[in-house]
Amino acid sequence: MRKLMIGNEAVARGLWEGGVQVVSSYPGTPSTEITEFLSENRDIYTEWAPNEKVATEVAFGASLSGVRSATCMKHVGLNVAADPLFTLSYTGVNGGMVICVADDPAMHSSQNEQDSRHYAKAAKIPMLEPSDSAECLAFAKEAFAISESFDTPVLFRLCTRIAHSQSVVELGERVAPDPIPYERKGEKFIMMPGNAKKRHPFVEERLQKLTAFAETSPLNRIEAGGKHVGVITSGTCYQYVREALGNEVSVLKLGMVWPLPVDLIKTFAASVERVVVIEELDGFIEDHCRNIGVKVDGKSIFPPIGEYSQSVIAAAFGIEAKPHVLIEDPIPARPPMMCAGCPHRGTFYTLKKNGVTVLGDIGCYTLGAQPPLAALDSTLCMGASVSGLHGFNRGLAETGRKMKTACVIGDSTFVHSGMTGLADIAYNGSASLVIVLDNSITGMTGHQENPTTGYNIHGDPAGKIDLEALCRAMGFRRIRVVDPYDLAATDAAIKEELEADEPSVVISRRPCVLLKRVKTDPPLSVDTALCRSCKKCLSLGCPAISFRDGHAVINDTLCTGCGVCAGLCPFHAIGGKEAAQ
Amino acid sequence: MKTVNIMIVGVGGQGSLLASKLLGKVLVDAGYDVKVSEVHGMSQRGGSVVTYVRYGDKVASPIIDLGESDYILSFEKLEAARYAEYLSPRGKIIVNTQEIDPMPVIVGRAVYPSHILNELESKDVTVDAIDALSLAEKAGTAKAVNVVLLGRLARSLSEVPRESWLEAIRSSVKPKFVEVNLRAFDLGYSLD
Repeated sequence: MRKLMIGNEAVARGLWEGGVQVVSSYPGTPSTEITEFLSENRDIYTEWAPNEKVATEVAFGASLSGVRSATCMKHVGLNVAADPLFTLSYTGVNGGMVICVADDPAMHSSQNEQDSRHYAKAAKIPMLEPSDSAECLAFAKEAFAISESFDTPVLFRLCTRIAHSQSVVELGERVAPDPIPYERKGEKFIMMPGNAKKRHPFVEERLQKLTAFAETSPLNRIEAGGKHVGVITSGTCYQYVREALGNEVSVLKLGMVWPLPVDLIKTFAASVERVVVIEELDGFIEDHCRNIGVKVDGKSIFPPIGEYSQSVIAAAFGIEAKPHVLIEDPIPARPPMMCAGCPHRGTFYTLKKNGVTVLGDIGCYTLGAQPPLAALDSTLCMGASVSGLHGFNRGLAETGRKMKTACVIGDSTFVHSGMTGLADIAYNGSASLVIVLDNSITGMTGHQENPTTGYNIHGDPAGKIDLEALCRAMGFRRIRVVDPYDLAATDAAIKEELEADEPSVVISRRPCVLLKRVKTDPPLSVDTALCRSCKKCLSLGCPAISFRDGHAVINDTLCTGCGVCAGLCPFHAIGGKEAAQ
Repeated sequence: MKTVNIMIVGVGGQGSLLASKLLGKVLVDAGYDVKVSEVHGMSQRGGSVVTYVRYGDKVASPIIDLGESDYILSFEKLEAARYAEYLSPRGKIIVNTQEIDPMPVIVGRAVYPSHILNELESKDVTVDAIDALSLAEKAGTAKAVNVVLLGRLARSLSEVPRESWLEAIRSSVKPKFVEVNLRAFDLGYSLD
């Protein structure tokens, strides 16, 4: 059957057709849909794990038991999973194991632009990289075969443009191998020094064998064309090269980006006058070419930053840019923002009003950094708000300074990596205020359940972490729960806890307004007779409120009736429809 | 055939996902090679969103660059201006005249430009401005703005028969929303 699929769905299909039995992942744009699509197959086990390290270890355990397993994450998630990754290289696998990692060049939804190919090189394991959805499907199946025949976990690299672009695929049948019997093999799976020392030579030999495989595997192919220029490329760049240069150039298209072939590259280079490496982000293939003595151009003509496109490549080859319409008027930006009715808004408004320095974290609430709320001071990585706040407060205290400080972290991020920072605060008695923005969902990645929501990946009832009990068990004595729609109560709680001289947690609890299980109230409206045009409501940065013809106006298709603006209006001009009439 | 390029632009939450899904399905069923590219994630939170749709005998790149788009389907007026530079000379831009203020306008740091349609019309492109919101309301729900606009675009893509679009709507939309979406499609398609 011919079907249009995003890359992520095709990867999911390929893993499923390839016989995956256990999948454990943590959501992260642009990787999330792989696991979501896999979860539609009820003949396999899928789950959301608390973080990528746990997910990778679950996949390892499943592989150890003898079934094919996978885990999927975004590029920064692989940092979290790096610990098991490096030693998994030594143990190898029992059942095949695939680790999907999605990079985000141009940072559409990420905090950095790291290039995950370096992990494959550093951990000495193979990495595949598809160029469209059909390859996503085919390579995912191939990844299991490579994993089992070379006794290695396999990294599967995507980028945003492959993960989220749809192209045509042909579906196949699922072929699930019988489980490989489990046998106790301490010398392979117990990585203590005596055993690990014996495994390291295996890792080096495996890399040699994989390099030999890369020389002849159909994953890497030469497409002969013009002989003046030969392009070495992979992933989405291959499509841009084809679009911009057609058959004017010869192409060495790499489907396996680690280890890289040596003879194949030398042969290709010898067949053309000039070799150009075209790859987004780092000069990874380029460095390899230099190391094996092949002269290439790469980052001297292409940027190490952002996404490429056909015109980026055309420009580098001196092809004239296409004529286009020019718009002279300045166009106001339209940055993403917190939704109308977002429960985070009341918390951020209160923090800003109280002049609090706020260490932030990763999630929808990072949007609290946007004006007009502009309530955040830092965002680093998952969980860093909590541990960072402790360090910030120690830095102040050690040098006799005082500031009002707090951190904000969402429920999912808290379970992912905030709990360990909280343990540090409790253990070391840090007078720090941790605000958990509990909206009962993993929001930014598009509503995935997590261990605090009470539902599993299928939406079925599941275990639920009691955040208050967890904080108590860690030794916190000051634990408050507030409703962020109630500005007065939120303000009182935050003011009091800022004064506390011991560790303190405020749980700001209100489910995400976009959740299907949340019923919203009817939209509010402004009584223009009462509105004095003070614009206080506009300071909330709610997309449903704008200012027209001298007074505030509420857009009733966006308004969810949360009432935060009504609570803020000094002239009681905002209310329900009937109140306004 | 030459690859045809279509961009769908708008504001996160306006339903461009359904429009691109229907468009992609119709084109694949018609036997074309098709690529559709959009970015999910942070940009969806009320931000400016763009989807690229390309079809032809063989499509390589999933994205569309400046000056390459044969059609732009804009769900909002300001977004039409933002992406107009992607239009090829003599390309066609279908604009929903609805205005949605971006945050810089809401907080008074910027002004919503008042002459967008005039400026577009002064260029070497075809401008088709319609009030899709009113038509969607006429069809039965303001949420069908996306399908009204898709209907408008479908009129221009004469190589695909009208019935294929209706079939795609019937098979892709939840049963209880089929009728309203068929009405919305027709209002966009039949508008003079």
